[in-house]
Amino acid sequence: MKSVILTTATRYLMPMLLLLSAFLLFRGHNLPGGGFIGGLVAAGTFILHNFAFGVEETRRLLRINPLVITAVGLLTAMGSGVVGLLAGNPFMTGHWITIPLGKGQGLHIGTPVTFDIGVYLVVIGATLTIILSLAEGE
Amino acid sequence: MNTLIAVLVGVLFGAGIYLMLSRTPVRLIIGLVFLSNAINLLIFDAAGLTRGIPPIIASGAEKLARSHADPLPQALILTAIVISFGVLAFALVLFNRTFKTLPARDLSDLKATDT
Amino acid sequence: MNTLLVLPILIPLATAVACLLAWRSRTIQRIIGVSGAVGLLTTALILLTTVWREGVIASQLGNWPAPFGITLAADLLSAIMTVLGSLMGFSVIIYSLGSIDRRREAYGYYPFFHLLLMGVNGVFLTGDLFNLYVWFEVMLMSSFVLLALGGEKPQLEGAIKYVTLNLISSAFFLTALGILYGMAGTLNMADLAVLAKEAKYPGVATTLSMLFLVAFGIKSALFPLFFWLPASYHTPPVPVSAIFAGLLTKVGVYTLLRVFTLLFIQNPGYTHTLILALAGLTMVTGVLGAMSHNEFRRILSFHIISQVGYMVMGLGLFTPLAVAGSIFYIIHHIIVKTNLFLVSGVAHRLQGSFELDKLGGLSHKAPALTVVFVISAFSLAGIPPLSGFWAKYVLVLNSLQIESYLIAATALLVSLLTLFSMAKIWAGAFWGEAPSDNEPGRIEPSPPDLLTKVALYAPMFLLAGLTLTIGLMTEPFMALAVRAADQLMNPAPYIQAVLESRP
Repeated sequence: MKSVILTTATRYLMPMLLLLSAFLLFRGHNLPGGGFIGGLVAAGTFILHNFAFGVEETRRLLRINPLVITAVGLLTAMGSGVVGLLAGNPFMTGHWITIPLGKGQGLHIGTPVTFDIGVYLVVIGATLTIILSLAEGE
Repeated sequence: MNTLIAVLVGVLFGAGIYLMLSRTPVRLIIGLVFLSNAINLLIFDAAGLTRGIPPIIASGAEKLARSHADPLPQALILTAIVISFGVLAFALVLFNRTFKTLPARDLSDLKATDT
Repeated sequence: MNTLLVLPILIPLATAVACLLAWRSRTIQRIIGVSGAVGLLTTALILLTTVWREGVIASQLGNWPAPFGITLAADLLSAIMTVLGSLMGFSVIIYSLGSIDRRREAYGYYPFFHLLLMGVNGVFLTGDLFNLYVWFEVMLMSSFVLLALGGEKPQLEGAIKYVTLNLISSAFFLTALGILYGMAGTLNMADLAVLAKEAKYPGVATTLSMLFLVAFGIKSALFPLFFWLPASYHTPPVPVSAIFAGLLTKVGVYTLLRVFTLLFIQNPGYTHTLILALAGLTMVTGVLGAMSHNEFRRILSFHIISQVGYMVMGLGLFTPLAVAGSIFYIIHHIIVKTNLFLVSGVAHRLQGSFELDKLGGLSHKAPALTVVFVISAFSLAGIPPLSGFWAKYVLVLNSLQIESYLIAATALLVSLLTLFSMAKIWAGAFWGEAPSDNEPGRIEPSPPDLLTKVALYAPMFLLAGLTLTIGLMTEPFMALAVRAADQLMNPAPYIQAVLESRP
């Protein structure tokens, strides 16, 4: 069951939705948003693709097993917690560094952001694992 | 407002439990969804509702306004939502798989492992 | 301190992640799985010795001071439970090498096994009630997957019952948490303990304690909330049954011990008496259920219920010695019960069945297995000088001291019935006639090769050896339990450690 409208719309929607998910992820540091909601939007994008093109196509598009995405996300989240431990503080203590970009500007980046990226990946991986296995059962 | 939400919580609990008593698997799942939403509202309500005063220190001020909204219950609810989302998604997959594999039609047919 | 408290959670997580990344290769997953379990066991032992030497230790996650942040805290009970959990993880994972099938290994047995251990350790080490809920869910999610992994028909059916009942239990727990937060404005256990002493609404606290009792009662399979357990524990593969039997209900008992010694002590005349009554009923129903069955794992499942009764009995009596008895009972029970499930697995492997009347003649066929079974089964029934005898001795002695004759009599009677039911397994599976080989429908089991044999027998010998050691050299173990109980009954150092620990 392939709908021309859905497939065409999906092609245009996917990049925008993925951009939105990244926006939500990075906005979440100080404002409403965050890794979980961003991850859900990203997972939703792939689910839309799944509706339009079917499970095999989506798996081909993803290239990697969603479980591996989950694992990488867990690793990222765990790593950003361990930074605190290595610095002699309790687990999960926040640490920030400023990467100089020249002209007196700098990128202020810290472990909460990397933790959120980890959450983002975990949510994508876990949601897609469940949804794709449901879709395959159909 | 507190009372209204309390009544809503009660209705959701009642509806959830009623649905869970049914023998149709889908109703059981919907009942669980109702139940988890009822609990989230309950946490929200029990911790007290404060409107329009977010716990953000205004620029220039030293501390929070006196009666600000408590952010912790919202964090708790967010966590609970995430967890119930994961658990219910798993339950859905499990029920789906089970009723495809087993000859059972509804929950009352699941008697093979009982004691 | 900070690192030591986090490691029992981080090591299983790292192991699980590594296993997920090595998704394609079974061999690499096996190596990672076993080394993770070894690392976890080592850390847990270091944790126990540290807590023994230095008293309660605490760490504030994210460097937010208690009660605002999440606290990890370990007193002796937490440390003992962590060691036991890791030890069971280690034994069962070795056993799994010889008994879990390829398909389950390929679909994520090892990662989920370690996630389960992570959840269990998280429950033991957290000092915050909401965080406890989160760890419970981590543990439940992995147990759901382990239970359903493989997708055989009885497994799916057992999983549905297990999942639904546990979700309801979580719902109760979360409801209780919401109301508690509304009342107290904090969920840090030490902070709550301070508030509990000056409780403004003792009536509401008692009502709330009942919600917690129902939630944890479902998890620990207390009467009358135990029905999910015998309906599901006999369905998954033996290593999964064994780790569930050893750890999951005991996690419920641990939370009961924690909550009803730290938070709900306002009205022990009501709450703890109720717990005592439930303990007695749990023992009796469990053992009666066990007597009415003829399938190895179902009998053992019912015995879990009956034994949970003993563990909770100490809490119900609520004296330092009785609580020490409970803790000692947990130590003894986790080891023995896991081992009995492992024995049932080898018996199934040798004879191709779990039904007692189809097993028969194991004492000739597998003398080593018989020795392990005898040690564990007699310990479970409480025959001196094995570990179970001392556990029951302390509990019964204490209930006689405080003149709770009814529960003492119940405990002794149930112990006798346990012996009867163990004797039934002995007579049916080990002593009895070997079944004739030409029976229709019998699967001819394949004899295991040497490596598999080592993997199967080594953990059983380890656990049986431990049971013997605890029985013959009771003194240090009892001292440990007494000190842990002392920390539970006088929580001032715990509260101080949590609320005043600075990084």
